[in-house]
Amino acid sequence: MNIPLTIKDTQEGLKKKKYSTVELVDAYLGNISKSDKDINSFITVSDEVAYAQAKKADRLILDYGDKAFEDYPLLGVTVAHKDLFLTKGVRTTAGSKVLESYIPPYSATVVEKLETAGCIMLGKTNCDAWAHGSSGENSDYGATKNPWNKKYVPGGSSSGSAAAIAANFSLITTGTDTCGSIRVPANYSYSYGLKPTYGAVSRYGVVAMASSLDTVGYFARTSDDVTNVFKVTKGEDGKDATCKNIKKEDWENVKSRMRIGILSDFFKDGLDKNVEKTMSDAIKIFKDEGIELVDVSLPYSKYAVSVYYIIQPAEVSSNLSRYDGIRYGASRDSFGDEAKRRIMLGTYVLSSGYYDAYYLRAMKIRSKIIEDLNKVFDKVDVIIAPVAPTAPFILGEKVDNPLKMYLTDIFAATANLSGIPALAVPFGFSKECLPLGFQLMGPRFSENTLFSLAKLFEKATNYKPKVAKL
Amino acid sequence: MAKLAKISLSSKEGDEFRKQLSKVLDYIGELKEVDTSDQEPTSQTTGLENVFRIDEIKTSGCLSQQETLSGTDKTRNGYFVVDAVLENKDL
Repeated sequence: MNIPLTIKDTQEGLKKKKYSTVELVDAYLGNISKSDKDINSFITVSDEVAYAQAKKADRLILDYGDKAFEDYPLLGVTVAHKDLFLTKGVRTTAGSKVLESYIPPYSATVVEKLETAGCIMLGKTNCDAWAHGSSGENSDYGATKNPWNKKYVPGGSSSGSAAAIAANFSLITTGTDTCGSIRVPANYSYSYGLKPTYGAVSRYGVVAMASSLDTVGYFARTSDDVTNVFKVTKGEDGKDATCKNIKKEDWENVKSRMRIGILSDFFKDGLDKNVEKTMSDAIKIFKDEGIELVDVSLPYSKYAVSVYYIIQPAEVSSNLSRYDGIRYGASRDSFGDEAKRRIMLGTYVLSSGYYDAYYLRAMKIRSKIIEDLNKVFDKVDVIIAPVAPTAPFILGEKVDNPLKMYLTDIFAATANLSGIPALAVPFGFSKECLPLGFQLMGPRFSENTLFSLAKLFEKATNYKPKVAKL
Repeated sequence: MAKLAKISLSSKEGDEFRKQLSKVLDYIGELKEVDTSDQEPTSQTTGLENVFRIDEIKTSGCLSQQETLSGTDKTRNGYFVVDAVLENKDL
């Protein structure tokens, strides 16, 4: 069967009985078993759970017809979770050998909410171990390859979730974004990737990396799909104290005339040609749609990666201290190189004598980055920026040079440090047929504004979702 | 540092990490040029303070003893088995 690429088309097919949910699962699992050995996007395929949920979905459709889709807005939607999301009874590794045989006794809030909305879980996707990486190459289960060209990285750390979208292994996938870990792989896979406002979506049951920066988000192929998944999963759950509900007025307050800020300082040092052209083409399209463009500046954002590489390892060293191999998981000897590097760096910047020079200073510059942004959002509704400094790069190109790898996140860090939402939008391909795109960033809780701009852009460009031929 | 963080490094790893992390420290050293006097630090971005809930037991959020112990084989009489932390067993 031809697997539909959007939620709407998938559910239309189910309503019209073109196929059953079980047949959909057959088709997806068929794709995975045929092609994932070359892509390595899944760590665990949960076919038993998938078939049980699919049978339940088919029963609901049989009993309630179209009404089932009102009660279960994501009925029949296949999902694969980044292997950082705890899934009750299904192995969760965080991409690390430390948790190689860990079977969680409970599920993450987002996993539960998606299941309650009717989603079918196909499995757990590969990622950089503990989400430490920008390319997917730090996974203890082998690197994931980019389905658009297997010599290239799919981006990371949510590498498998992005590749699964590009390879048509799942309709939607989940990820985490601490510094671009959703947006970079989405950008490298021709997918939408949402990094929500810090606090918009519960992180309960998701393996923590850097707690003041971690956000839970998604990959999907249209702005409508990503909007619908966000609607189902956002909001307080009483288990993540940083989580709060979006105010009705914030959700509904989408202006009809918008101003987009263009970051002159992000372009100053010269961008990769592919990225530069994508940016100028995208900006022109927004302009032609009647959107006012304003040059804005975030002078302190040039320090964002440095600030990030103090705050993040500090929080990592603390979060990873719980893996003692006593209550679950293997011993600390099983940590891979990147986790060790970050634990060392974090322990260093927090140690007495260095705390003020590194950690406290970084937190103060974090305030300056936020103040910059607040000023810019007085003038514009949304900022447009590149997601990554280059198009996808070749596997192995940056693995021996951690600093070079860290700089992949240079455009991503600002949104995480300030807690604002950002949406990666797919747009065009390079000469080498590798996906390109850009990101839209708005003030806290302005997700709906980002979605509406993405939708406008889809219409203006006559966007059609695409998957790679394998 | 490795000892403080309870991770073991081989001497080869130690040499390699020292080189790589020195480069990273050199890079993040750029922050020294920023004037941070009179600047309040930011540790979180939610603006939330003191989030409360009603003090009642929700059993749905609790794991059973069996579930809690399900992550390890090293249990005894319903407890986790841990390495000895005291050196003299007679004390």
